Amino acid sequence: MAKKELQVSAIENGTVIDHIPADKLFDVINVLGIASMENAMAFGTNLKSSKLGKKAIVKIWDKFLEDEEVNKLALVAPSAKINIIRGYEVVEKKMVNVPEKVEGIVKCMNPKCITNHEYVRTKFDVVGTQPIVLKCHYCEKLTDEKHLEII
Amino acid sequence: MNKHSLVSIEDYTKEEILEVLQSASEFEKNPNQRLLEGKVVASLFFEPSTRTRLSFETAINRLGGRIVGFSDSSSSSVTKGETLKDTIKMVDNYCDLIVMRHPIEGAARYASEVAKAPVLNAGDGANQHPSQTMLDLYSIYKTQGTLENLNIFMVGDLKYGRTVHSLLQAMSHFHPTFHFIAPKELQMPEGYKLHLKELNIPYYEHTELNGVINEADILYMTRVQRERFADPLEYEKVKNVYILRNAMLSGTKENMRILHPLPRVNEIDVDVDENPKAYYFEQARNGVFARQAIICKALGIK
Repeated sequence: MAKKELQVSAIENGTVIDHIPADKLFDVINVLGIASMENAMAFGTNLKSSKLGKKAIVKIWDKFLEDEEVNKLALVAPSAKINIIRGYEVVEKKMVNVPEKVEGIVKCMNPKCITNHEYVRTKFDVVGTQPIVLKCHYCEKLTDEKHLEII
Repeated sequence: MNKHSLVSIEDYTKEEILEVLQSASEFEKNPNQRLLEGKVVASLFFEPSTRTRLSFETAINRLGGRIVGFSDSSSSSVTKGETLKDTIKMVDNYCDLIVMRHPIEGAARYASEVAKAPVLNAGDGANQHPSQTMLDLYSIYKTQGTLENLNIFMVGDLKYGRTVHSLLQAMSHFHPTFHFIAPKELQMPEGYKLHLKELNIPYYEHTELNGVINEADILYMTRVQRERFADPLEYEKVKNVYILRNAMLSGTKENMRILHPLPRVNEIDVDVDENPKAYYFEQARNGVFARQAIICKALGIK
């Protein structure tokens, strides 16, 4: 393989989330709830990308994302590619699949929804995937991608 | 979730809808049955609604049940800042069934997850009002003898009107053809039209009432509300376009019936009231039988 400059250094064991749209980095951090983790992490943004123009990347040492966690990314960065790294080698590539249900991640866009008035964990059925459309389990209103807000 | 609750019309399958309509027609023949003897029903109206509350409470009384509750939230602990969850937990200790109306959307679904007793949604904000839908279906069934293959014309505020949305969802089981008659500002939302397209249910949109209703089996009228318009001029322009007058009914089908969830303001002229096709007052009466059927289904009686 031809040598090229790596904009972010390689890791020995852990997860690398690549091809995140540059403006979605903080949404990815929120949705995965990794801000409070003790693991070593590196975040890069506004890196050059032939696909996206500018991209962001997340590296988490000694953390191997599960499918369920990967699927949460569908809401904010469906283009993301997840690489599971062991001993500096990519041992698994995971694709983001849109889940059927979304719980406790997204805020319902209906200001009159019970979830915006009382402490109720939000629950949605995914009724559209391209673009993402969520139907609230409680008020039955739709939250579309444009109004999608991560809690 | 409690499986006997009725929160959204979509909680009922087609078979359950037909079963409840059958049971409603039996209650109509014999409305006074002491099936709720010894049962306590909580009637929690966090926002006032005379019509729905009286209809539910009449249904409970005719079944011999007892009622506890309140008719607006100023006389409950809500004013002290109690959460819905706490109110429901407390009431759940006392009663066998909860009937509730609440201004917040999704409140009834949440209550049904918090309570052990079944919850009947008597309206949650602009979301669902399934007992109204069941009485609408019962009225259609009674006047047409079937729910299948009917031409349903919906008129007025189709954007915000929850009764038309729920009726559309429920009628979708029965191969209808829909006609939507509304001003541009108040047209049927895209989501519902998409739903119909997926089910291959034909629908037609009109902006004028005059001259399009001759094919109707059911003419479902709703109120165009002033407060829905950002621009009062727009309201003034459309408010008189959707008034049904007796003269407009001359070319309509013999079996056609006019429904309205009430209260009516001026969208049906009083000269229609004497026309045998006017059905809105009987429709309200059907509400008691439909609610008797819903209550008994929720409690697993009959």
